[in-house]
Amino acid sequence: MNEKQQQRLIQKYARKEDPSKMKGRGGGPRGMMKTGKPKNSKKTIGRLFSYIAGDKWKLVIVFFMVIINTVGGLAGSYLLRPVVNMLTSPGGSVEKLLGYIGIMAAVYASVVISQYLQARIMIEVSQKALEKLRNDLFRKVQKLPVRFYDTNNHGDVMSRFTNDVDAIGEMLNNTIVNLISGTITLVGTLSLMIYTNWILTLVTFALIPVMVFAGQAVAKVSSKYYKAQQTSLGTLNGYVEETVTGQKVVKVFNHEETAVDEFNFLNEDLASRQVKAQFFGGIMGPVMGNISQASYALTSMVGGVLCVLQGFDIGGLTVFVNYSRQFSRPINELSMQMNTIFSALAGAERVFDVMDQQEEEPDKDGALAPPIKGFVRLEDVTFGYNPDKVILKNVSLYAKPGQKIAFVGSTGAGKTTVTNLINRFYDIDSGKITIDDVDIKDIKRDYLRQNVAMVLQDTHLFTGTIKDNIRYGRMDATDEEIIEAAKTASAHSFIMRLEHGYDTVIEGDGANLSQGQRQLLNIARAAISRAPILILDEATSSVDTRTEKHIEHGMDRLMATRTTLVIAHRLSTVRDANAIMVLEHGEIIERGDHDQLLEQKGRYYELYTGKSELS
Amino acid sequence: MKRFFKYVKPYLPFFILGPIMMVCEVAGDVWMPRLMANIINIGAANGDTGYILMTGFEMIGVACFMALTGILGAYFGTKGSVYFARDLRKDVFGKIQQFSFSNIDRFSTGSLVTRLTNDITQVQNLVNMMLRMMFRAPFMLIGALVMAISMNAQLAMILVIVIPILIVVIGIVIYIGFPRFEKMQKKIDALNSNIREALTNVRVIKSFVREDYEEKKFAASNRDLKEAGLNAFRLVIFTMPIMALAINITTLAVVWFGGRQILVGTMQVGELTAFTTYIIQVLISLMMLAMILLQSSRAIASGKRILEVLDEKLDLNDEEAKSKDHVVGSGSIRFEHVSFRYYKESEEKVLNDINVEIPSGTTVGIIGSTGCGKTTLVQMIPRLYDVDEGAVYVDGVNVKDYSLYNLREGVGMVLQKNVLFSGTIEENLLWGNPDASEEEIQSAAMAAQAHDFITATKDGYETDLGQGGVNVSGGQKQRLCIARAMLKKPKILILDDSTSAVDTATEARIREAFADSLKDTTKLIIAQRISSVKDADLILVMDEGQIVGQGTHGELMNTCETYQEIYSSQMDREVSAS
Repeated sequence: MNEKQQQRLIQKYARKEDPSKMKGRGGGPRGMMKTGKPKNSKKTIGRLFSYIAGDKWKLVIVFFMVIINTVGGLAGSYLLRPVVNMLTSPGGSVEKLLGYIGIMAAVYASVVISQYLQARIMIEVSQKALEKLRNDLFRKVQKLPVRFYDTNNHGDVMSRFTNDVDAIGEMLNNTIVNLISGTITLVGTLSLMIYTNWILTLVTFALIPVMVFAGQAVAKVSSKYYKAQQTSLGTLNGYVEETVTGQKVVKVFNHEETAVDEFNFLNEDLASRQVKAQFFGGIMGPVMGNISQASYALTSMVGGVLCVLQGFDIGGLTVFVNYSRQFSRPINELSMQMNTIFSALAGAERVFDVMDQQEEEPDKDGALAPPIKGFVRLEDVTFGYNPDKVILKNVSLYAKPGQKIAFVGSTGAGKTTVTNLINRFYDIDSGKITIDDVDIKDIKRDYLRQNVAMVLQDTHLFTGTIKDNIRYGRMDATDEEIIEAAKTASAHSFIMRLEHGYDTVIEGDGANLSQGQRQLLNIARAAISRAPILILDEATSSVDTRTEKHIEHGMDRLMATRTTLVIAHRLSTVRDANAIMVLEHGEIIERGDHDQLLEQKGRYYELYTGKSELS
Repeated sequence: MKRFFKYVKPYLPFFILGPIMMVCEVAGDVWMPRLMANIINIGAANGDTGYILMTGFEMIGVACFMALTGILGAYFGTKGSVYFARDLRKDVFGKIQQFSFSNIDRFSTGSLVTRLTNDITQVQNLVNMMLRMMFRAPFMLIGALVMAISMNAQLAMILVIVIPILIVVIGIVIYIGFPRFEKMQKKIDALNSNIREALTNVRVIKSFVREDYEEKKFAASNRDLKEAGLNAFRLVIFTMPIMALAINITTLAVVWFGGRQILVGTMQVGELTAFTTYIIQVLISLMMLAMILLQSSRAIASGKRILEVLDEKLDLNDEEAKSKDHVVGSGSIRFEHVSFRYYKESEEKVLNDINVEIPSGTTVGIIGSTGCGKTTLVQMIPRLYDVDEGAVYVDGVNVKDYSLYNLREGVGMVLQKNVLFSGTIEENLLWGNPDASEEEIQSAAMAAQAHDFITATKDGYETDLGQGGVNVSGGQKQRLCIARAMLKKPKILILDDSTSAVDTATEARIREAFADSLKDTTKLIIAQRISSVKDADLILVMDEGQIVGQGTHGELMNTCETYQEIYSSQMDREVSAS
């Protein structure tokens, strides 16, 4: 691979789209995520904290447990001193020793119990927080407009659910407790230090600015690289997701080697960023730790001189120096955890990035949910996915319940786009779409969609039983209704031939059903819904014609009471439509029923008689 | 574990130098208090300011040395673990590339992605931690142990009792913990599949307004994951208090037995203080080891999952191919008594005793009802699956005797469920032939009737297709896939229902172009419409895994009942389009 190809590869999967290409409606570009400037870590931390703040009381308990634990630990070792004194004094006896051991045992027991409780509660708090975070993220993603899904790499989005949330989990599990116990130790030791000798305390503090400065410098560099690392991880994930999903095509084209090359490049890229991130994260410990060692040296030195010049007592110095060592321990421990903290923060930013995406526009105040009969009207509808490319121009049409309206025209003429607009997957730019004379923007979106059933060209099934997949169309459908729907879609006979019939488990992307069979299930799913409006987008393209004919009887019954919009390439399947719209370049150029259109001897006539082609 | 050593080997210097640096840092750590003691015992006691200053500078020097070794340690440790993971990832991906279709079917896509990313990260984290901590603990353990025994062997016997107990406890925790972590990774898989489906099926979810249902489904698998996580971590957190308990009991025991010895007069007080310090050091280092081992149980679970991929038996390879250098020349095909089923345990055969002879350069139509085995049949030719019984011959050579590369190079195939990749139209077409010139690309696109719509877009061949080709319509996608396959100039071209979203007239033109530019290529066309196959030299009619009729359109109209049925199902509605 040359350099240009490499650049291109990252560009493809890092999913940084040119904002100018995106449609800015309702403020700012939508549907894509910015990888732009670093955000405020404080704000990120605050948001993360809000996920554990719900368990306030548990955190309070953890806090006290950590205090008991830390203080108990210190007291436990301090207790040795009176024991030793007792042993060396003439009044020492086994009974007294037993008494002290009893006290020590009590202190130790409280330490052990508090330690266990603290860890136990904290793990629950953090796991619960992660669960909530994932749920929130999922709920958010569900609310995002279709545009988001069409423009973002799925693998990268998935990486946010797993790798990034995982990184946050690592931090929640450990860092908070360490933060609390570290702070307690710091404050405790500090007071003891000041109490012992304030001059030496100042000396110890002399290096703190250096520490802060060094810490900040390292943190700044490494947090930048951590962000890069998480981004690279997402990119790699995107590549893996797409390539593994398309693995069969990769095989057919002998493309394995190229795939390996491209993967290796992205892998290499990730590795080089990881080295930087983790190196800078990793030196935080040694740098901070040894600055505090230097401070320890300085303290010993100055202390020693003080002893000589000012008569500071040697015992005091010993104690103080030990404090100074103790003082540096929590600092060391915390800085050792910088790796975890940085990747967690970088992960959190990527998670919140999704959470901050603009959702589908909320329903208008007073949005309606009227009983829908199915009068569909498009008035001068104009729409384009990108502002600079209009797909539909001034499209107007009208459909009544029981009518079948067909769209024909070359691929890319905008037929599928029409279906994207009626249930508001995308909002139109100008014009008006009404159902029963109510603007669809004034109808509650969910209610609107419930009343429009769709069968799409690409089959989308879920992992689960066949029964579950059909029931997806209407959750309260009985088993009998499911069988009825399957019969309508001519799926019943093949389902019965499967080993477990309707309880056969299908994998979302598994190999156990043919494409045609999947389409039949899609139709059954729509058939079971009671929506008065039905959209069929190339619903039977992979179904053989004999089966298709069987479906027709069922479909006729279904369509008798519904408003149906059909898109099909096989003109034969739209011949009996009440009206046929011939679309070209986003405009309706002819309309009428089959006979009228043939009489017109226009475009439809040409298409139908094969004199012209759909390009 | 041994399997992973392969990935350590190339970076052995890092794996050795890293711990050495760490040990140096520990040595400095031990050295510092000694120097400090000198300041007090020698410098301050004697009032020797010069000595104090000198020792102080020496300490600062040691601190600098430690900082250096620490940074170097981080450097080696990071490099070692990152490169380890990189090579592992590379091998796992490479292995997946060798997977056959049935290998892929066995793992789900989501699971493969998790293994490649999340699982490897777990192992990488462990390696990193081991490089930076592992040697510190045993070093400290041994040192303190030696000191303790040399000081008071009798008292040190306490350790002999405590340490084995601890090791057993840790062993038990790992033994129980390991399957729990394994379960947790499985739950991550499940969650991932859930997310994937929600992302790809968004239009269905939104159009049936099932967001709430999906949320509930997700929440359920999310809760499952949380429970599995809690279940695993609960065990892990048990170890810390257990270790603390052990330390404390040992301390108490030392004070009790030691105290009695002092009371009797067989032990000095100073010894007791020092001894407890060493004991604590021993146990702390044990605790560190335990933590590493525990953390590793998650990584081990991940490691096992990675090995599952690496160890997956490739059920389809060309190792035993007899004529690897053979390339597909003429493109004749012969099926001899071919039978096949996807799941070896299922009874119904998907293909049942298929016998067909296809001369080179002919056009063959395959027609039949949904689920009758058409797709399965053609997948036998480029060995996407292997036959269970019988054999498939290309150019009279068993397909198993070709190298996979040569075989697939000679067979172009447009899959029914076809996939375009992120990138521009041109980048996607180049899959067919990476070295194709601009003219070749254009002529392939023209033949596939794609050129016109491509040039009608603003960016032409540079148009970005987006994830999975969301920016083109179904019919356009199919034509791009055909162009991609044509660029390959294969000897055998298989179109698996690849024009279902293309209108009849365009399809006819594509077929004309085939006759033109792929004259010598053997063409197999699976189709639903009689019109698509009517002019074929040979039409195969399939039903329930068997060929129930073969011949030309005219012959079949006279002899084959199924064919007549298909014909009549279409002809009473379809006015001949071409």
